[in-house]
Amino acid sequence: MTAAPARILETQALTARYGHVQALSAADIHVCAGELVAVLGPNGAGKSTLLRAILGLASTTGTASFHGTPLPRQDPVAVSSRGVVLVPEGRGIFGPMTVSENLQLGAYRLRSDKAEYERRLTRVLALFPRLGERLSQTAGSMSGGEQQMLAIGRALMSDPKILLLDEPSLGLAPRVIAEIMEKLALLRDEGLPILLVEQKAPAALKLAQRAYVLVLGRIVACLDPRDLSSHDDLAKYYFH
Amino acid sequence: MMTLPNTTSTERAGLLPRARPLQLLPWAVSAAIVGYAFVVGGYIATVIAFALVYVVFVTGLNLFMGFANQVSFGQNAFAGLGGYASAILTTTYNWPVLPAMIAGILLAVVIALIIGYPTLRLKGHYLAMATLAIGLITYEIAVEWQSMTQGYLGISGIPPLGIGSYEIISDRGQLAILSIVALLAVFIAARIKSSRMGRAFLALGASENAALALGINVSRTKLIAFLTAAAFAALAGALFVHVVGYVSPEVFGLHMVILGFTMLYVGGIGSIAGPLIGALLISLLPEVLRGFKDYQDLFYGAALILLLIYAPRGLAAFFERRERTGSAS
Repeated sequence: MTAAPARILETQALTARYGHVQALSAADIHVCAGELVAVLGPNGAGKSTLLRAILGLASTTGTASFHGTPLPRQDPVAVSSRGVVLVPEGRGIFGPMTVSENLQLGAYRLRSDKAEYERRLTRVLALFPRLGERLSQTAGSMSGGEQQMLAIGRALMSDPKILLLDEPSLGLAPRVIAEIMEKLALLRDEGLPILLVEQKAPAALKLAQRAYVLVLGRIVACLDPRDLSSHDDLAKYYFH
Repeated sequence: MMTLPNTTSTERAGLLPRARPLQLLPWAVSAAIVGYAFVVGGYIATVIAFALVYVVFVTGLNLFMGFANQVSFGQNAFAGLGGYASAILTTTYNWPVLPAMIAGILLAVVIALIIGYPTLRLKGHYLAMATLAIGLITYEIAVEWQSMTQGYLGISGIPPLGIGSYEIISDRGQLAILSIVALLAVFIAARIKSSRMGRAFLALGASENAALALGINVSRTKLIAFLTAAAFAALAGALFVHVVGYVSPEVFGLHMVILGFTMLYVGGIGSIAGPLIGALLISLLPEVLRGFKDYQDLFYGAALILLLIYAPRGLAAFFERRERTGSAS
């Protein structure tokens, strides 16, 4: 009998509000070591709020734990210092700054360890060689796909212990989405746990070991993608 | 596994300076203007001396507004604090100029810390209104606290810049020392911009949430930007009172804020050379247009509008343009 894989990230009854509006209701999810877990759901379901709540960017009740220890509430700096790193929706790249400066900011907490910086930079440029060709280019002048690569690369520069990705496919062409998903699969295979929020369910389900379905702020299902005979099966959860 | 580009790590990180001749143009033009004023002396030297004081003020404003993308209409308050503190300490308490100036800067930074801690929780227009109030309150204190500031009469007989018993009285001497201080201020701003803290300012300016997600303490970074800008403003205020030899509440009124904003936007907000070229140009423009007599203000306004239409990111942006190659979709 094999032991259950360790839970890296776990939320229990995590609830988030924006003023009087409850955007997330008692969400229980977990991500195990080496897992890529997808969170699917229609627009406005609360998927981004879930990530914001874990990071401490939203007002919450309930708990989010990392390696069994509760993450601080409403203190995203403390949360990210534990290695929980968010790639935000819309990429959040610093447009007027160069690709190089964006990557340096990813390693903000590193201070002056040049050898470690070089190691991380080498890893990121190996994963996204196109960034290496554009280091002195302003980030805002790159294509959407390249900006998404930069956003992921910048997050990797902080040497995350888990990566939270908010709709990395947003606004990208299918070919570029496939390329981004391929890179995420590489990271997953390297053992980096990933929590992937995505509206484009087919792309996410190809990568994910498990998927949560979030509708109107509530987790309505936890699925094994292999059990889905067709993506139409998801629709019953969206409209339940 | 794909291979890395065949470059050194320093080149990859984009750390090598790549000065192009065009980038040097604002510096060359600024040096020529200051050099001309130094040779000619007299009135034009005084005009450029005031412009150099504004270079320090606007460089600080640029750190807070251009780099950290925050709004402050109250930097005149810190210039006033620095200026009045130095004026009072040198005239009433007979302090030497340099320690008085340093005390003025420290006072402004302490006040900025007390004000900034609660105020910087505000954002956008709310922060702008709060900072505007700081400037107005400081102005009222300068008017009403007559036992210390002498109200509207102001304080005269403020000693000129100098170290120990050596006083710099001549136009050219003041111009030389102000050129050094202004260059030092610009150099410090450039060092800040390329530092870890400077990159945090820029990140905060681009997206607070993205900065937070990277582990940047946004509140602390904002406060540091505010304090640094306050120190620059206080230095400018102290320089001003020792160059003019007189201070009254009007010196640090709303006019100073409007002039500082004009210099910042015309020169180029967010750029290193912008405050320098902006302060020199905006100070010289009325002198250049003096020949138009009654129509001077009309031409001044028209010139500003044209500059902002054809150089919306400021004059320095023409020269600091980054590489923009590659695809974009």
